[in-house]
Amino acid sequence: MAGRGVTGALVGFARTLRRAGVEASVERVQAMLAAVDELGVTTARGAYWAGRLTLCGQPDDLPIYDAAFAAYFGDGRAPVHRPRTAHPRPARLSLSLGAIPGADGQDEAENVVALSASAEEVLRHRDVAALTAAERAEVRRMLALLAPGTATRPSRRYRPAPSGRIDPARTVRYLLRHGGEAARLARRERRERPRRLVLLLDVSGSMAQYSDALLRFGHAAVRRRPTQTEVFTLGTRLTRVTRALRHRDPDAALRAAGDAIPDWRGGTRLADSLGAFLDRWGQRGTARGAVVVLGSDGWERGDPAQLAAQVARLSRLAYRLVWVNPHRGKPGYEPVAGGMAAALPYLDDFVAGHSLAALEDLVEVIAAPR
Amino acid sequence: MTSAGGTAPPATVAQLAQALAGQGYLADEGLATAGYLAMRLGRPLFLEGDAGVGKTAFAQALAAATGAHFVRLQCYEGLDATQALYDWDFPRQLLHLRAVEAAASASGAAPEHAALEASLYDRRFLIARPLLQALEHSPCVLLVDEIDRADDEFEAFLLEVLSDAAITIPELGRIAAASPPVAVLTSNRTREVHDALKRRCLYHWVEHPSFEREVQILRARLPEITQRLAVDVARAAARMRELDLIKPPGVAESLDWASAVAALGASELDPDVAAATLGAVLKYREDADRVRTTGVATLVGA
Repeated sequence: MAGRGVTGALVGFARTLRRAGVEASVERVQAMLAAVDELGVTTARGAYWAGRLTLCGQPDDLPIYDAAFAAYFGDGRAPVHRPRTAHPRPARLSLSLGAIPGADGQDEAENVVALSASAEEVLRHRDVAALTAAERAEVRRMLALLAPGTATRPSRRYRPAPSGRIDPARTVRYLLRHGGEAARLARRERRERPRRLVLLLDVSGSMAQYSDALLRFGHAAVRRRPTQTEVFTLGTRLTRVTRALRHRDPDAALRAAGDAIPDWRGGTRLADSLGAFLDRWGQRGTARGAVVVLGSDGWERGDPAQLAAQVARLSRLAYRLVWVNPHRGKPGYEPVAGGMAAALPYLDDFVAGHSLAALEDLVEVIAAPR
Repeated sequence: MTSAGGTAPPATVAQLAQALAGQGYLADEGLATAGYLAMRLGRPLFLEGDAGVGKTAFAQALAAATGAHFVRLQCYEGLDATQALYDWDFPRQLLHLRAVEAAASASGAAPEHAALEASLYDRRFLIARPLLQALEHSPCVLLVDEIDRADDEFEAFLLEVLSDAAITIPELGRIAAASPPVAVLTSNRTREVHDALKRRCLYHWVEHPSFEREVQILRARLPEITQRLAVDVARAAARMRELDLIKPPGVAESLDWASAVAALGASELDPDVAAATLGAVLKYREDADRVRTTGVATLVGA
């Protein structure tokens, strides 16, 4: 067993790491102590690898670990490269999601809005950018009730069925039980499973008024199928917020997502962050055969041809590619802006996402088979 | 690969690295340490990294280097217990049943029911799938390849088998491993593997090798190529990885490329040969276009 002083130092190190955002659970810390026993801590490198192999659990943890190790034990570590695709951990940043600029001042008079059924119907079609605080709360409540589910695909597994192809295993088992009499043929059919749903949401400044609603839509989707849904935000960089959105409570989930997103209301580099998604996740399988929803106004600073190339890549991987553009719901809107026009040929659906009703339509679009 | 049956397990990280090198696998410090700890602590090793960096090859080399039996379980969607663990050989059971019946009607004596049923669920009618094979052969390296492709229910099931190193077959009873298999799990991160599984594993991100190591790997795996060619290919591959390609070449692609160039009878990589063999290393039209516009010559130049 490692000496008491060493153990204390290592446990302290694990605590530092936990505060920096690496999970480093108790079980992992115990594994680290066992690993240190095996390797010996006479060298800093032994301690470095013992900790890194046991305490980390994903590529994002590695740069944090390296920095924490250097800070805690001095720089005796092996020269380690970051994984090619790992982005530096975003700095923690707190923001209040409730404040949507331009929509606040006017709510005093309407603070006690009694929502009758017809008022609710009106609210349904109101642009979410133009809501009062009370209305927004009501829309949020209704958004949380959405249950987006995707189209199904045949899985590799079978289930017993009254008709369909013959199930050899069950037929033979039946034979065994009845002394070899083939009195009945068992049949089976393929089980259906929902497709993966991937939401890529633009959180840049130009989308500021809509990204709250879209993230709440993402939360509803994650809550519906936690293992079959992935949510990423796009801005100047790519951030995966699926984990943050797993919170049961919508407001807590959005706060956690806000903490994770470093570029909230920043600029847009849509092609770059879309490319990062494809390299790091999409190509490997996250987007393959999935229903992919891209929520953005298509406002691209860079070369529209680059965006078109990335959207084309995405559409080749996805089962169905849906673009949600809040401006689509505005009268007189034509998708002629550079990025949007360039991406248009590769889309399966181009829908609005500016109001609750539009988001309800989106639920139907997602669930439709191709 | 020859089995070194009965060799003592490596006593230090350096010894394991040496044994792996003996199998033609040059592991860096982190990977060798990970393999050593996986064996000593009896924890599964969870490997992630870009495709083609040698995750699967590591498990094979680890088995060969430690003289262990090698079992591979390739995961895919819909993988279930009858494909991963065991299945009963129904056609053979049926044949057996018919044979017993025929013998009984010839002799005129009815077969004894309980004995017949017991003989139907004999070990010889059990087909061992990879997980059961890994439990029945000790020592053993079990490679669970691309775990992210299997369903999440399968992870829970795998976790149970790995933590007990034993399974219970209702008709036969409990089958336990003499010594738990060394499990190596690989993932391409197409989805997040469940935390419960990851928590019990050692985690390692496998990097692309450094330039010097890649040259060594090329020389070790392809003894027929010249040092000059190995250096050229490793340098060009390293430059391609800087190019922001859709699929940057891994070690597997460098090896393919070097042997393709060697097959053309070239002993070094000049721009013409490189352009002609680009298909061995780049598998996307966009990537090949990109390299051509950057200039194949700048890629292979010293």
